[in-house]
Amino acid sequence: MADNRPRENSLGIAGWVWAGNYTLERYLYLLHRVTGLGLILFGIFHLTATTIFRVQGEAVWNATMEFLNNPVFMVGEFLVVTAFAFHALNGLRLILQELGFTLGKPVPPIYPFKDAIRRKRLWTLVTLAAVMVLVVFFFIDFAAGGPG
Amino acid sequence: MSGDAVKNIIFRVQRYNPEKDERPHFEEFTVPVKHGTTVLEGLLYIKENLDSSLAFRTSCRMGICGSCGMLVNNNPHLACHTQVEEFHSNKLTLKPLPNLPIIKDLVPDLTTLFEKHRSVKPYIIRPDEEEMEKPAAEFTQKQKELDEFLQFTYCIKCGLCIAACPTSASDKKFLGPQALGQAFRYCADSRDAGQDQRLAIVDAEHGLWNCHFAAACSEACPKGVDPAFAIQLLRRRVVGSAIGAAKAHTPAGVVAPQTETRAKVPVPEFTVKPK
Repeated sequence: MADNRPRENSLGIAGWVWAGNYTLERYLYLLHRVTGLGLILFGIFHLTATTIFRVQGEAVWNATMEFLNNPVFMVGEFLVVTAFAFHALNGLRLILQELGFTLGKPVPPIYPFKDAIRRKRLWTLVTLAAVMVLVVFFFIDFAAGGPG
Repeated sequence: MSGDAVKNIIFRVQRYNPEKDERPHFEEFTVPVKHGTTVLEGLLYIKENLDSSLAFRTSCRMGICGSCGMLVNNNPHLACHTQVEEFHSNKLTLKPLPNLPIIKDLVPDLTTLFEKHRSVKPYIIRPDEEEMEKPAAEFTQKQKELDEFLQFTYCIKCGLCIAACPTSASDKKFLGPQALGQAFRYCADSRDAGQDQRLAIVDAEHGLWNCHFAAACSEACPKGVDPAFAIQLLRRRVVGSAIGAAKAHTPAGVVAPQTETRAKVPVPEFTVKPK
C-alpha cells in the first residue's frame, strides 16, 4: 500500500520571491531582503579591498584602485548607495510600524475590508518619496563625477 | 457576462491521490458558469457531473466555516466567497493551499494550524481558576474595550493567511499569522489575565519576531481580520512588558448579581394553561 501521509507542500524560499498579486508592501518586503543581501555582499567585498589589499603596500593598493576605476564598478557603486537609501529608510519605517506606530487603531471589519497598512499607505509612500529624493541626489552627484 | 448568459470556463484542477499518484498533476474540466457563479459551485458541478472522485472541503458555502480555502489563479481565496467572473479569464487554475501538507486533491491538512492555534492559549485566562472553569456570572466589558480587539475575533481558521505568508513558506515551525493574531486577540481582551503566559510563548524562536511585515496575510484574509496588524500590536506589548512600560491591567470583574426582579408579565387570559 502506498504511503498515505499528507504530502509536503511548502513553497520554501520560492515563497519569498513569489509575491502573487499582492500589493506594494509585499514587494517592498522582497526588495528589502534583496537589498539587505546585496549590502552584506558589498560589505564583504569592501572590507576585503580595504584591509587585505591595503596592508600589502601602496603598489597593491594603487593597482586595486586602478582595477576598480571603470564604469561597471561605478554603476555598482551607485546601486550600492541606492540599495542603502532604500534599506535604511524602509528599515526605519518597519521599525516604527512593527512597534505599532503609524498604524492607527483596530476598526470593525466592514466590507470592503482595508487592512491597517493600506489604511496608512501614506507612510509607505512618504518613505518611497524620501528614497527617490536621495537616489536623485546621488545620481546627480554620480553624474557629476562623484566626490572623488 | 450579462444576465443569465452561460459561458464555458476551463477549471484546471491540481489532482493528487496519495494511494495512486507519485506527484500532483493537473486535470482540466469544462464548467458552464453564469453571472454570479462561485468557484465552489463550479467544483460542485465537476463533482456531480464530471468526476465524483474530486476531493475538496466545503460546508457552509457562505464564508463562515473556513473549509474551502484554496489557491485560485495562484492567490489564496475561499472558493465559496469568490466568483468566477472576478478573474476575467476563460481558465481558472485551482491548487490546494501551500505551506500546509496536501491530504488529497484540494484538501490541505490543517492539523499544524490547529496545533499552533491551541499552543497560544486562545481562551480567556483568569487568575481564579475556579471562576474560570465555573463562572457564576458574565464578565463586564465596555464597548470601547471590545472595539480594541473585535476585528481580530472574526478569524475562521481557513489557513489563507498561512498560504500567503512568506515566512510560513520557509519556516515550518513559525507560529504563523493565524496563531499570532489570535494570541493578540486574547491578550487585548479586557476580561483576560493571561498576557504573560502568552507573551512567553510568542516571544521565542519561531515566534513573532520572524514576521517581517509583508502584510500579505492581511490582504489574503477573507474576513478582514488583519493578522499582520495584530502581530505588530503584539510586538508592542512584548517590548512594552520587556522595558517595564506596559500599562497595568486588572482583568474585568463579574457582573453583580441582580438584586431586584421585575414583576412577571401576566399570562394572557386566552392562553391554554397547563392542567
